[in-house]
Amino acid sequence: MHELSIATAMLDQLEDELVKRPGVRIAKVGVKIGELSGVDPESLRFGFEALVKDSHWDPLALEIEYIRRRQKCPRCQHEWTVENWSTECPECSEMATLTLAGDELQIVFIEVDEE
Amino acid sequence: MSNQVPMEKKVLNENQLIANELRAKFCEHGILCLNLISSPGSGKTTLLERTLAAFDPKQRVVVLTGDLQTENDAKRLARFGFPVRQIVTGGTCHLDARMVEKHLGEWPLESFDLLLIENVGNLVCPSSYDLGENAKVVILSVTEGEDKPLKYPAIFFKSELMVLSKMDLLPYVPFDAEVAKQNARTVHPGIEIVEVSCQTGDGLQQWLTWIEKKMTAIKRTAVTA
Repeated sequence: MHELSIATAMLDQLEDELVKRPGVRIAKVGVKIGELSGVDPESLRFGFEALVKDSHWDPLALEIEYIRRRQKCPRCQHEWTVENWSTECPECSEMATLTLAGDELQIVFIEVDEE
Repeated sequence: MSNQVPMEKKVLNENQLIANELRAKFCEHGILCLNLISSPGSGKTTLLERTLAAFDPKQRVVVLTGDLQTENDAKRLARFGFPVRQIVTGGTCHLDARMVEKHLGEWPLESFDLLLIENVGNLVCPSSYDLGENAKVVILSVTEGEDKPLKYPAIFFKSELMVLSKMDLLPYVPFDAEVAKQNARTVHPGIEIVEVSCQTGDGLQQWLTWIEKKMTAIKRTAVTA
């Protein structure tokens, strides 16, 4: 359970944004969490909400976009979303396929209210 | 008025910046840094003991070992004469780059060729934190389930090598090594695998050869850089 540390790291970055934008308040933060990131979205939400509640951030909404693992076959160029963890190309059975997406752990946007 | 501002930043940006600095430093000094990750009790410390015991005393190796509590592992590893430091996280379930930076302290990095970091026993959280390592190594013991790579895909995806440990126990446990290897390759097609028994010594040479090969590659990069 390291999602509390992850949530803390997020708020630390938002703190930097506040310094850059005096006089605004952040209403929402959007993150991308890949299924290979090692972060559980529900635990992250739990930790995030616990940190925000009754703090100077309150209210601060969290939008999580969960990113499934996507693979590409170097042989037949087929791209697909992985089911049941199999990375074998469903078209040509190539084993050594490339990961295009799924290890994201990124803040993608903030929503700010100008005062 | 509400306004959406795009922000393409890693959530663990702070950790990433420190990890990048560490990696640059390791590269400058030609140090190979390995981040060893496994469940508790898979044999990370025992593998390190056997590794250090096999090294020439002149080998320029240094060890950081992480645990929630106790200095026990550092004491076990210090017997081999190489510099060892314990990172006591005090409850944190993973190491982060700042802890590594802090515990490297004033150690003269130019005097080392190999830094071995034993992470906290945990297959989940350590996978999110870059420590500036050149490679993550995941250790899976045959007393665990062969479906561990499917249950904890992040760490198997991010590790360059899987060490299948406690191979001497294979006759006594219902563990199918071939299935385990297949599962690891399903999650990470390019993963390298060595099978090791720290009790009999079987496979240790392959593990040591793998380290040596990586060290040679790092030295070559440091020279050309």
